[in-house]
Amino acid sequence: MILDGTAVVIDADDVNTDLLYPGPYLNIDDPEQMKHHLFDGLDPSLRGELTGDTVLVVGENFGGGSSREHVVLAMKAWGVRAVVGRSFARIFSRNGINLGLPVITCPEAVAAARPGSAIRIAAERGLVEVDARRFQVPPLPPFVLDMVRRGGLVPWVRARLAERG
Amino acid sequence: MPHTLAEKILIAHSEVEDLAPGDIVQVRCDLVLANDVSGPVAFTAMERMGADRVFDPDKVVMVADHFMPAKDVRSAELQQRLREWSHRQGVHFFDQGRGGIEHAVLIEEGFVVPGMVIAGGDSHTCTYGAVGAFGTGLGSTDIACCLALGEFWQSVPGTIRVELEGRPAPFVTGKDVILAVLSQIGVAGGTGKVLEFSGPGAASLTMDERRAAANMAVEAGAETGLFPADEVTAAYLDGRAGRAWEVLRSDPDAELAGRLGVDLGGLEPLVARPPSPGNVAPVAEAAGRPVHQVYIGNCANGTITDLRQAAAVMKGRKVQRGTRMIVVPSSQRVYRQALREGLLEIFLDAGAVVSTPTCGACFGGHMGILAPGEVAVATTNRNFTGRMGSDRAEVYLANAWVAAAAAVAGEIVDPAAVVGEGSP
Repeated sequence: MILDGTAVVIDADDVNTDLLYPGPYLNIDDPEQMKHHLFDGLDPSLRGELTGDTVLVVGENFGGGSSREHVVLAMKAWGVRAVVGRSFARIFSRNGINLGLPVITCPEAVAAARPGSAIRIAAERGLVEVDARRFQVPPLPPFVLDMVRRGGLVPWVRARLAERG
Repeated sequence: MPHTLAEKILIAHSEVEDLAPGDIVQVRCDLVLANDVSGPVAFTAMERMGADRVFDPDKVVMVADHFMPAKDVRSAELQQRLREWSHRQGVHFFDQGRGGIEHAVLIEEGFVVPGMVIAGGDSHTCTYGAVGAFGTGLGSTDIACCLALGEFWQSVPGTIRVELEGRPAPFVTGKDVILAVLSQIGVAGGTGKVLEFSGPGAASLTMDERRAAANMAVEAGAETGLFPADEVTAAYLDGRAGRAWEVLRSDPDAELAGRLGVDLGGLEPLVARPPSPGNVAPVAEAAGRPVHQVYIGNCANGTITDLRQAAAVMKGRKVQRGTRMIVVPSSQRVYRQALREGLLEIFLDAGAVVSTPTCGACFGGHMGILAPGEVAVATTNRNFTGRMGSDRAEVYLANAWVAAAAAVAGEIVDPAAVVGEGSP
């Protein structure tokens, strides 16, 4: 599974869910409407940089706080392909994986990335390339890789239910 | 092989015979929980999974609490969907007027006993650690998986032991315990870990105070915050719990991921300054900050204990002119109890608003939103920028003594200065 994209950099640590998607918009359940509130608490103009092939490059403890899946659903609705960060909060990272959005911890790649950098991710091999500079990370655990490859938890559960008959 | 309490609970809920931190296992749920925000998103995911029915209706609880009572048409539609889905599936459902804030309802109504695994579509599902249960917050797609299969995937967390010593001084509560932990390990120090509160000091924390402490484990990034069951737990569950339970504890030689200590006797009332729950300081360091709104409520600190503390401060006193006070009992049960005890009259006499149980303004939803430039003291769990309204408002997190004292003084103040030393 090889994935190519263009870096959009959020150069801050502890960017929490309320900054990424504020509470007042939690009464929206359609991702196409959610997407208009992504980054509202941070910098709404960032939405203009999401061109459909984005790899978000983020800092420490990204996505802490709420379990709101609206954040990842809104990112997916803008065509965000992956998130590479220094570190992630647990529920954000789960939500990404569950929705088929690779969430990759690689501080060296974050340090190397600039806005617009070309990013390539080879998740099986644990490889992240930033403008052709290669960084090695531990490959995703087999279970997680399997789920991401299938497109997330929805197809994974569908397959499990089919096995049960 | 010796195991921590969290590991023992996970082993008992999985197919594996042994496990270690970092292993990914499928974990069976004893309860699956969602609300008017996380539920409908999960229902859509469940439909896409091709699952028509929940795995076991008796193990599913839905609670309308976030935008309840409905704030607007969109919120009303979400609650309508939650209501209709719950009736169709035959699951437990707490509608408006029947429950309150989810994590208060499940504990107070006896759904939770030690050793359970509870998957909740809300990050503060870690509150159930107060009862010795592995409660953990998950996103809606995870919840859809739990609804369909009765299980979720979990990377086994290590355990950070929080050793509690001594007895808390007056005006120091469970809220200060978790704020003290946050001041030591920060907002990411618990990532991939469980906090386990133990040591001789644990016995001096009531169940309501344990709920406040466990509730904010996620503010340290942790998966849950466990209080191993003891006499306090047993007394709380007596006549309340709907099922049998047994005492589980960490083995003395279990491997820990970290260890820290909190001397309850040496603690003073704390606040978390904006914009992070990890930005902790003694109340004295924030004293004098003018306060526009005091908010006593939420899934951490809207318990009867919190309302009693606030009422002890407000009795015979008034909310300062220029300051507003909102009291939100966390459940219908707490609301009724506070009514019986005359606490609500004390709040009304003081000039406070008493709200129906709701998540309300805690997450910036409705019923008490802050204007630009305003400062709030709240017994809630998050003070992120924009959390309770304007991104130019500020939220200080504190216990109910500190919050109520701020309402009287119109500024942040040591509650002893309002109530008198040692009087509680």
